[in-house]
Amino acid sequence: MITRFRQIEMRLMGPLTMIPIVLLLVILGTIAALPVVATILSELVADFVPPALQHLTIVVLGTAGFVGILALNPIYSIWLERKVAAHVQDRLGPMRVGWHGLLQSFADGVKLMFKEDLVPRDADRVLFGAAPMLAVASAFAAFAIVPWGVREDGTVLAVANLNIGVLYFIAITSLGALAVLMAGWGSNNKYALYGGMRAAAQMVSYEIPTAILVLVVVAQVGSLSIPDIVNAQAGGILGVGDWLIFQLFPLNLIAFVLFFICGLAETNRTPFDIPEAESELVAGFHTEYSGMRFAFFFLAEYGNMLLVSMLAALLFLGGWIGPFGSNPLLFFVKGFGLVVVQMWLRWTLPRLRVDQLMGICWKYVIPISFFLLVVTTVIKGLL
Amino acid sequence: MAEQRSPVDGAPLVTLYDEELPPDNSYAFSPEELEEDEMILNMGPQHPSTHGVLRVELKTDGEIVKDARPHIGYLHRNFEKHAENIDYQGVIPFTDRMDYVGSMGNSLAYALTVEKLLGIGVGERVAGIRVITAELQRIASHLLAMGTYGMDIGAFTPFLLCFQQRERILDLFEWLCGARLLYNYNWVGGVSHDLPEGWTGKCRRFLDEFVPVLDEVDKLLSHNKIFIRRTADIGIITPEMAKDYALSGPNLRGSGIDWDLRRDDPYLGYENYDFNVVVATSPHGPVGSCWDRYFVRVREMYESVKIVRQALDRLPAEGDVHENVPRFVRPLAGEAYCRSEAPRGELAFYIVAENKKPIPYRVKGRSPCFVAMGLFHEITRGEMIADIIAIIGSLDIVLGEIDR
Repeated sequence: MITRFRQIEMRLMGPLTMIPIVLLLVILGTIAALPVVATILSELVADFVPPALQHLTIVVLGTAGFVGILALNPIYSIWLERKVAAHVQDRLGPMRVGWHGLLQSFADGVKLMFKEDLVPRDADRVLFGAAPMLAVASAFAAFAIVPWGVREDGTVLAVANLNIGVLYFIAITSLGALAVLMAGWGSNNKYALYGGMRAAAQMVSYEIPTAILVLVVVAQVGSLSIPDIVNAQAGGILGVGDWLIFQLFPLNLIAFVLFFICGLAETNRTPFDIPEAESELVAGFHTEYSGMRFAFFFLAEYGNMLLVSMLAALLFLGGWIGPFGSNPLLFFVKGFGLVVVQMWLRWTLPRLRVDQLMGICWKYVIPISFFLLVVTTVIKGLL
Repeated sequence: MAEQRSPVDGAPLVTLYDEELPPDNSYAFSPEELEEDEMILNMGPQHPSTHGVLRVELKTDGEIVKDARPHIGYLHRNFEKHAENIDYQGVIPFTDRMDYVGSMGNSLAYALTVEKLLGIGVGERVAGIRVITAELQRIASHLLAMGTYGMDIGAFTPFLLCFQQRERILDLFEWLCGARLLYNYNWVGGVSHDLPEGWTGKCRRFLDEFVPVLDEVDKLLSHNKIFIRRTADIGIITPEMAKDYALSGPNLRGSGIDWDLRRDDPYLGYENYDFNVVVATSPHGPVGSCWDRYFVRVREMYESVKIVRQALDRLPAEGDVHENVPRFVRPLAGEAYCRSEAPRGELAFYIVAENKKPIPYRVKGRSPCFVAMGLFHEITRGEMIADIIAIIGSLDIVLGEIDR
């Protein structure tokens, strides 16, 4: 009987399992061929769209593409996270739904979509409803300035190629703190309030060293534009030697590590996950959320993880530049590599206490990053 | 109002009230007594890390806890009153449900008390088996304490690694007596089943494979810098405090007091085994911190492994485990108090017997967790919310035993 069920399940699941794999291959293929795809697209747009609407069409198409990838990102990231966790913990992880559990996240997503949308009776309905949207919006909007590569003619593949890209990044990620605070306050729950207050304190504190560390990079390169920063890292031994992380050794290495730590703190990942500390605050700021609103916070969390990883890859690890020439896929791999490091840390380390977290920020990270800023600026000025 | 008096010496045992007393709410915090900036935070009974259904009321000022009041009783199952209506052997399954993650220790303590009441002993093989199961249970219980403590601090991985090993002990127990959690294994005068064929070999194999895993988890968690910073200077129980509050077990030894019933008041021939009593050395902070209590448990597991190995070596090959099991338990009028070193501390039973009656007149359990909860408010005052969780975890309480 059980075998029979298993067979039916397999017959149903077999073709379905292909969907995530095919999707993943399509995404990776598109990313790898992004310069070509972009060229073809812009030619098509030039042929068929009236000139007045051409710029708008390209922006809309680019945005749609990124939002599509970002919406699928948590689905694969959650699967990856569960697999990383499982193998760290000497177990298998999701195995049942699809090949090695690839469909598990899709199933979870469907479940979340059909769940009842609960709002606590005494909640502030406006804040409660707006918080998840703002969280997702801030996470996704920041991706607008993330460049994926350059075409041969020098055009940058980004939704918006801002010349003050890093400033935009610092500004827009601050909105995330607001969303968390709104969720914590609007839920009318004491645990959520604690989570919201902790998150606000933590994110605001860690934004300072993040900005200083970005300035360290900016001071060395002399530009606020992210494509310029990446292009300044081209060349060197094997295409690797001129990555910023290897310049002025070990100053930039320290800056990279600190930047990554600040990124962990800003995305509320272990060991800095105190706003949602499960053992203390039940679920922190999203205690009262369920269904799609809850899923939105997940979307935002995984979006933010990818964002800080990609920023770290762009600023310090040479973005799309590597030993095999420049390729958007390389950038994608670096970004996801750092995401895996975040997951690895999460399943290894305990959690800090809130005062210790603040202590690390104000006593160590900020002074060291100031020191780095001064030293790198002085060295650059002397050279 | 009526009093029940002891049939032995006429001392008052229970006071029965005819009318229901009005509920007394004076223990809870009232909103009126709050100062500015203070808030009452209710933690539990449904909370992921109060280790069961403990409810703690916190008076907080931001992240600082000004005062904490534990509320217990959500798992009260009236064990002691039940025991007055069931025959002596029938109480054993109830004792299993007291400390439900250390059942072997509970039934052992009860069986020892009834045996003391009856004046019977057990054979060498039964004593050996009891030592083996009690020490395996201690390892299982400490593994649970270690794993959940890691989870309280935010490390999830040690929890699963610990539970894998705990699972193997439960498998051994299941093979031994058919149950994985509530065994009904220690009978009055014996144990319910003899060791199955091949059990000792499997047990040895488990011990051999368990020690390296314990080393690994110990490296992963105990000496982690974040973990030490979170636990090594909070929840300090000074040795004087520990004595004043009559703490026992790892909580007492975590305060640096060298006291273990297995050595100081031996039963089951524990005096013949070679093992060390683990006392906290506190390399990372003041003595009696959460880290000390936690680390005493970790090191006690190594000692338990040593004891089980010795017990397996000298276990007599032959022997009837039901040899001394009495057909009827009908003690003469009298009382007995017998204590033993359960995983969580000094677990004791006090039984008052009426002359030749098959049911006990009064059964009272002395629960180490209940005693440990007594100083909870003292060590939590002035700590932070995250520390409350760490302190609850380090006391390693089981609500089934507190509420009974």
